Amino acid sequence: MSVLVATTSPPGGRPSAAASGPSAVEVRGLTKSFGDLTAVKGVSFDVAQGEIFAFLGPNGAGKSTTIKMLCTLARPTAGSARVAGFDIVEDAKRVRRHIGLVFQEQTLDDQLTAEENLRFHAVLYGVPSDQVDARITRVFELVALSDRRKDLVSTYSGGMARRLEIARGMLHTPRVLFLDEPTVGLDPQTRALIWEDIHRLRREEGVTIFLTTHYMDEAENAERIAIIDYGEIIALDTPDALKAAVGSDTIALETADDDAALAALRAAGYKVERTVGGLTAYVEDEEAAVGPVVASVGVPVRMVRAHRPTLDDVFLHYTGREIREQHSEGAMPMFARAHGAHRR
Amino acid sequence: MTTITAPSTVPAPPMELHTGATGELRVIGMVWERELIRYVRTRTRILSGLIQPVLFLFVLGYGMSGLVGTVGGFNFHQFVYPGVVAMSVVMTAMFSALSIVWDREFGFLREMLIAPVDRSTLVLGKTFGGASVAAVQGTIMLVLAPLVGIHLTPLLVVQMIGLELLMAVAMTTFGVFVASRISKMESFQVVMQMLLMPMLFLSGALFPLNGLPSWLAFITRLNPLTYAIAPFRQVIFDAQHMSAVARARFSTNITWFGWPLPMWLELLIVVVFAAVFFVLAVRGLSRAE
Repeated sequence: MSVLVATTSPPGGRPSAAASGPSAVEVRGLTKSFGDLTAVKGVSFDVAQGEIFAFLGPNGAGKSTTIKMLCTLARPTAGSARVAGFDIVEDAKRVRRHIGLVFQEQTLDDQLTAEENLRFHAVLYGVPSDQVDARITRVFELVALSDRRKDLVSTYSGGMARRLEIARGMLHTPRVLFLDEPTVGLDPQTRALIWEDIHRLRREEGVTIFLTTHYMDEAENAERIAIIDYGEIIALDTPDALKAAVGSDTIALETADDDAALAALRAAGYKVERTVGGLTAYVEDEEAAVGPVVASVGVPVRMVRAHRPTLDDVFLHYTGREIREQHSEGAMPMFARAHGAHRR
Repeated sequence: MTTITAPSTVPAPPMELHTGATGELRVIGMVWERELIRYVRTRTRILSGLIQPVLFLFVLGYGMSGLVGTVGGFNFHQFVYPGVVAMSVVMTAMFSALSIVWDREFGFLREMLIAPVDRSTLVLGKTFGGASVAAVQGTIMLVLAPLVGIHLTPLLVVQMIGLELLMAVAMTTFGVFVASRISKMESFQVVMQMLLMPMLFLSGALFPLNGLPSWLAFITRLNPLTYAIAPFRQVIFDAQHMSAVARARFSTNITWFGWPLPMWLELLIVVVFAAVFFVLAVRGLSRAE
């Protein structure tokens, strides 16, 4: 058990507790320009080995371009980065051998069985012949698809196909697994399954997970979040620290006698203010505080509303706008293709 | 402040991955194997690859026989048989190569292109795969030989399969190059219609190349398929007991301004064609990602 100490100075915070070993990803001043447009403006950060790290931002913020550079699919204009200990420009082939990639679009051959797809990948990445079978069995277990390994991929649902791709990404024991919007377009139940898979991979294989998302609730699963907007990292910290930086938890109250309640709560040592229609108490942890606060009021309570800042509040705080406004704007998947993902 | 659990396990030491020549060889084998698996799984493709040549052989062959008549005991459908087998080989090879367009559309091409593997390895695997599948298809066509009065000898069968492989390798590298330039599925049909059919019709597969108007004769000499089909027909005819009259009427020689090409030169042209398009195909795929 270790405590992740919040680094409060975004951007480019250093990885915390988990960072005892060498960094899985080291980024220094990474820049990518397309003509006049600078998509990524000199970002720097580190991801520790074994960490779950999320890139959160609206479409077009630069997260796609950054990841593409880290996966050696795009050349940086300036700056440098090391992934799994290898330089992304000098040692691109080694980088690719030590990372797993799961794209937003499906990249399976659905005329082959799940197992055949994995075998193909194992050979492409040079998994030794005598370890291929054991490793395939292992990754099927990791995503709980063992009973479907002999089935054609064309019989798989979208969620199963995504999980199979995650399994495939793990076949060659990568140091870092890159997931581009891993749950986009999937139902909530499948999303939950995928998150179980991701946590299991991290726990049992110790792989570093680097994912992009524009879902706030999904980013909460990460240990650290980099919020990226207009090509710059505007905040980087643990979800809790990011939220704490926005403001404290609050408990709003409406009582039969607000004056009496105010006096009682202040007497009990709470920081309370009168707000529109009632009182607001500022507390450290709304979940723990809501009971004691209500108990301290001393008059009948008509309404209680506890609130903890969400990542939406965080995004709003740093950018002055909500991430949701951005959704419709030219949805460019991270590894953009001419056509979207299709199923045969 | 919440406490979170640090990963309980140290990362499993990454396995020693195979690199170098052995790794690349295994990849060639795997790409080849995938091609065969897909061929065996799509029975409709095997069937449709059979129907068109059969149609040409029997309908065109017998239809034209009536017109051309028998020359020295030799029929037009006997003449057209090697061309029809070649056609089925060429079409299967081309189709196999152009499946890269499908792979692009459905994402699997990306899985191959981002792998830490040389592009030339992928093209080699694809080429051998396409060639094997095409040669299998061509070999299936051998069962039709007795039906049209073509005598097969063990030596001839070996020669035919060898030439089918060469033809298929050339057409697969050409096909992979074409596919690397096609980004849309819709273009696939257009390519098949506007490239493959003219190539087949102008190759001497379906009619003798002697006695053509000079402009048409010239075009057929520019067509690489011409040089793949002529030796194929020649080895088949060599194994038949043809009269001199028939041999003269159904000539298998390609001439350049009256000079008959030796078979080794024809084969060399096909080999060079295959090599050039292999390089172009590797380049084409390198642009693709």
